[in-house]
Amino acid sequence: MPDNQVRAVALSVSDMSFSIGGVQLIYPMSFQVTSGRRLVVLGPNGAGKSLLLRLCHGLLQPNAGQVHRNDLHPAGRRAHAMVFQTPVMLRRSVLDNVTHALAAIAVPPAQLHGRAVEALNRFGLMGLAERPARLLSGGEQQRLAIARAWALRPDLLFLDEPTAALDPSATRLIEAMLTDLHAEGVTLMMSTHDLGQARRLADDVLFLASGSLVEASEAQQFFNDPQTAQARAFIAGDLVW
Amino acid sequence: MLNWCGVLIALIGLLTGAPVQAQERFITVASTTSTQDSGLFDHLLPLFTQKTGIQVRVVAQGTGQALDTARRGDADVVFVHAKAQEQKFVEEGFGLKRYAVMYNDFVLIGPANDPAGINGMKDIASALQTIAHQGTPFVSRGDRSGTHAAELALWKAVGIDPAKVQGNTQNWYREIGQGMGAALNTAMAMEAYVLSDRATWLSFKNKGTLQISVEGDARLFNQYGVMLVNPAKHPHIKAKDGQIFVDWLVSDEGQSAISQYKIGGKQLFFANSGQHGA
Amino acid sequence: MMDDASPLMAALTLIMHFDPVFVNIVQLSLRVTLTAVCLAALIGLPLGALLAVSRFRGRLAVIVAINALMGLPPVVVGLTFFLLLSRSGPLGGFGLLFTPSAMIIAQASLVLPIVIALTRQTIEDLWASYREYLQSIGMGPKQAILTLLWDARFSLATALLAGFGRATAEVGAVLIVGGNIAGVTRMMTTAIALETSKGDLALALGLGIILVGITLVVNALAFGMSRIGVRHAG
Repeated sequence: MPDNQVRAVALSVSDMSFSIGGVQLIYPMSFQVTSGRRLVVLGPNGAGKSLLLRLCHGLLQPNAGQVHRNDLHPAGRRAHAMVFQTPVMLRRSVLDNVTHALAAIAVPPAQLHGRAVEALNRFGLMGLAERPARLLSGGEQQRLAIARAWALRPDLLFLDEPTAALDPSATRLIEAMLTDLHAEGVTLMMSTHDLGQARRLADDVLFLASGSLVEASEAQQFFNDPQTAQARAFIAGDLVW
Repeated sequence: MLNWCGVLIALIGLLTGAPVQAQERFITVASTTSTQDSGLFDHLLPLFTQKTGIQVRVVAQGTGQALDTARRGDADVVFVHAKAQEQKFVEEGFGLKRYAVMYNDFVLIGPANDPAGINGMKDIASALQTIAHQGTPFVSRGDRSGTHAAELALWKAVGIDPAKVQGNTQNWYREIGQGMGAALNTAMAMEAYVLSDRATWLSFKNKGTLQISVEGDARLFNQYGVMLVNPAKHPHIKAKDGQIFVDWLVSDEGQSAISQYKIGGKQLFFANSGQHGA
Repeated sequence: MMDDASPLMAALTLIMHFDPVFVNIVQLSLRVTLTAVCLAALIGLPLGALLAVSRFRGRLAVIVAINALMGLPPVVVGLTFFLLLSRSGPLGGFGLLFTPSAMIIAQASLVLPIVIALTRQTIEDLWASYREYLQSIGMGPKQAILTLLWDARFSLATALLAGFGRATAEVGAVLIVGGNIAGVTRMMTTAIALETSKGDLALALGLGIILVGITLVVNALAFGMSRIGVRHAG
């Protein structure tokens, strides 16, 4: 259902492009991420989805154009956080992975443990608290990565193909977590090449192909009435170049 | 993190605190391997330290190297055995007065089966000539030590330059560039002859099949001398304590302590500070 | 003449009875070497980590140079510090030649390239997997290096033990700068060399046994450390 309220903008991209060594990887594009909504970046492998997320998050700097995001990170919070396709687990216990992230954003030492425990409890990981994070299963690692990001209390959470390497049951758990986060009001910007997942989770869709923004629309419209031949082919399950 | 650092610091503290609290008052003496390897210092120095409270740190090197160490100012006193080099050291102004301290003698050591057939000779010159003539293996210190200098002087006296005859007789002359003990070890392993000071030989514990081949020739005499390094050259030299050590060595007390040092009932060094021209 | 068993028996007797001269030598060796390794760690760990995470012109050349320094001949290090620390040398004013401090400096210099090189390698691998995440949570280089050093601590301990092994086994450098002075700068290796030359094989062998024992313990520690590392940190 279209949202007719005027919503705040969580992130705004204008005329942004990116190239390395003369190779154009992201062609100039502009779009906005609306607060409280789930934006799914859709497209085949190699479309530039991961690059786009990194540019939006600030891990990479665009060659041209701008990314406007909330760069104010009050102590104990981080305005935006990221979850990677392959979870980056520190060589520490599950609990210490969370406290480390909290310490990095200047959470007062007295609150570290409490907030970390809160995050683990929130996502049912407390039973694993003392286990070395690197010895968890892939699904558990990704849940920890999301719990760890959630502990930072971000307004905007980037997720780069968070379920690409997981089996269906682990994927279901992750999707449930993301639904919860959305219900809490966290803005999500997530990439996937899984059409079904996009249908289940997306409020809005950015459709990318070969580094270009092909289509940007609300999810319902994108799936029911795609405007471009490329999007139509992608939805139909054809291979997109 | 704190735990680990604590353990580390505790460990260092434990190891640093416990052993060798070096005495405040000490002098450094550059001396020869023969005086150290023979055990003479182990006998002498506790007596001196007990009397004066001065600890003596001995750096044992070949005579040439010991004199160089003193030249650089890295020792307060130098105690060696090569009179010509010592006199040069004093003349150059690096040392103050040279004092004769003691002597022992060199002995020619060889394998019991005596491949050169020189056992019991009284003439060191003909013994060396025989070795050179037959090309029997001979180990040379080759380290500019006092013993090396004495050995080279003996070769020169018999008119042989071992470096030159080396090529045509299967490398019988072997320079090893090491101390006396190492030379003896090498001679034993190679069944070779070697010139040694008697003190090191007597205290050497790995004699194996080695024995004395030639001894008693007047030309095998080995004089030791001691000098304070000139504080005018190196201001940090501990001249006062160094001189106390020198004085003690040549005093009646020091001299009798030297003469009392024996291994297996045999006296190793003969004190002769009073002897004119030594 | 001695039969082959007797030096070994005498050596074991020395060890069993904690012969004071013997104990002194072992203590001094451990003290000097541990201090040298700590010194090298203090300098080498942060430098190695910095080298791992930073990018600058000539970085590869620096890495190659440090790797080459790992094979630095100890006698060359000894000679260099001998010339530096000698009363006639540029650092002669400190009067450090023929003291334990000189040996610590020489050994630390031998261990330092090992610590830097192995730290660089270890941290670089870990940095490759941590980099984006640490940047994502807004960590600066200093915090990131602390995180990396801490998370790699088990591997780094192995690097330090490797350095410790090189230092304990080393004879050339400490002999030259220490002077092998009885009770002051006589270490296990220099004492072994001396006692062998004196033909006193018992003491030499006794020290040799301790040295081999220490090497064994160090290797066991290194092995155990990596096992613990896997169990605790994954």
